[in-house]
Amino acid sequence: MPSAVVETENLTRQFGHVAAVNGVTFTVEAGEIFGLIGPNGAGKSTLIKMLTTMLPPSSGRALVAGFDVAKAPEQVRKHIGYVPQLLSSDRELTGYENLLLSARLYLIPRAERQKRIEDALAMMGLGAVRDRMVRDYSGGMLRRLEIAQSMLHRPAILFMDEPTVGLDPGGRFTVWEHVRALNRDLGSAVVLTTHYMDEAEELCHRVAVIQGGRLRAIGTPKELTAKYAPGATLDAVYRALTETEGSIP
Amino acid sequence: MSDRAMAANVAVPETVGDYLTHVFAVADAEIRKLRHDPWEVFSRAVQPLLWLVLFGEVMARVRGITSGNERYLDFLAPGILAQSVLFVSIFYGISAIWERDLGVLHRYMVSPAPRSALVLGKALSSGVRALTQALMVYLCAYVLGVQLDISPIHVAIVVLLIALGSGLFSTFSLIIACIVITRERFMGIGQVLTMPIFFASNAIYPIALMPGWLKAIASANPLTYEVDGLRAMMLAGGQSVFGLGIDFLALIVAFAVFVAIATLMYPRLTR
Repeated sequence: MPSAVVETENLTRQFGHVAAVNGVTFTVEAGEIFGLIGPNGAGKSTLIKMLTTMLPPSSGRALVAGFDVAKAPEQVRKHIGYVPQLLSSDRELTGYENLLLSARLYLIPRAERQKRIEDALAMMGLGAVRDRMVRDYSGGMLRRLEIAQSMLHRPAILFMDEPTVGLDPGGRFTVWEHVRALNRDLGSAVVLTTHYMDEAEELCHRVAVIQGGRLRAIGTPKELTAKYAPGATLDAVYRALTETEGSIP
Repeated sequence: MSDRAMAANVAVPETVGDYLTHVFAVADAEIRKLRHDPWEVFSRAVQPLLWLVLFGEVMARVRGITSGNERYLDFLAPGILAQSVLFVSIFYGISAIWERDLGVLHRYMVSPAPRSALVLGKALSSGVRALTQALMVYLCAYVLGVQLDISPIHVAIVVLLIALGSGLFSTFSLIIACIVITRERFMGIGQVLTMPIFFASNAIYPIALMPGWLKAIASANPLTYEVDGLRAMMLAGGQSVFGLGIDFLALIVAFAVFVAIATLMYPRLTR
């Protein structure tokens, strides 16, 4: 029986009178690649911030890797990886030094550090540029370094905020391949936000559509198209669910 | 909720070894950055030299600042050392804001490192940074004929005083960063803060010369205790006004209070 790695119950975050996330309830199963889609300002980032313990919920509850984000954030942090929309690598360090920092932050035992780092560099195809300053990396190399950092401690769940934004098609494809490989080989569940419907369709086992802080629909890409836009693509589902009346199609 | 989660929803403190690994990880990353680009450290050493050479040489001709046979330059050198450490540390918070804007800070905040270990790691790296300033001031002071005390124990105590002073003001700066959040606001406030901290202290004149109200402020200013300790340890025959024990106590208490506040406020930067 698969166990849930994310379980939320009426999860809500208020900013003043505005509810950025409003009573969201969903689960992500172990080993799943789960997509969050919705327009800018829909609440995706706020949701990710709560699940990664950076922002406490106003009400409701969220369990991540079995731990309550509000009550045991330290435990949650041990079990998650995070690739933010803003890239988190330090540009003034080399790729290797960035990985070393992550290895220490995640308390990977000294005896294993070198091997893990070398493995991650090889897996992400960064071996040749390991000692180059990150400020000289290309966009694709940066993304791969981010993924390497976030996976070094083999988290049960990896959160990715728009992992392929700004990449060329080749770079996007490479990132997809890596996400799939991590999911398959390490068994990590992945929760990602995206604006690209082909990415959601291609990569995600299940997708949740969020708008106005609320969960509008959840299911496999096939289920969602069958229900909301039969015979069409996820793009049509997205438009059907997120566009308000009177807006220009 | 599963039983496993119920049982585990209790904060388990880290072992001392893990905690130190976290502190060191943060400090080491900062020191590596410094090694990649050491130019900044040397450029920052110019200002204290100017203070000693220009300000010091002129003020040395003014009678009455120091008593009896004490040379003003001797009196000034520890003050300028503390000042240069203060000026560098007080803008440390801007790097926290910079890291926030770039996204680097998010990586620290989602890692299992306790917030206090992150704050201490940053403070430690600031202390290491400040030591290069100390080296420059010592060299310059020596050239200007200041009677330095270079016994290893006293130099070691100077290193401690500087590391504490730097850690303290850089952590104070981090707190300011957590309050103002933007670089523009921080620059304004940083300028406003340095002047009173510097002038309401014993860095360039003794407290005895001050009017009563300023004396009271200077006595609550951590910089005063850093300078007092430095005068006793850095100069041949140097004397402490408050006693070295009081100096250290004042610095440690201030540092602990700032670390506690910064630990609570640091996560605000990524919300």
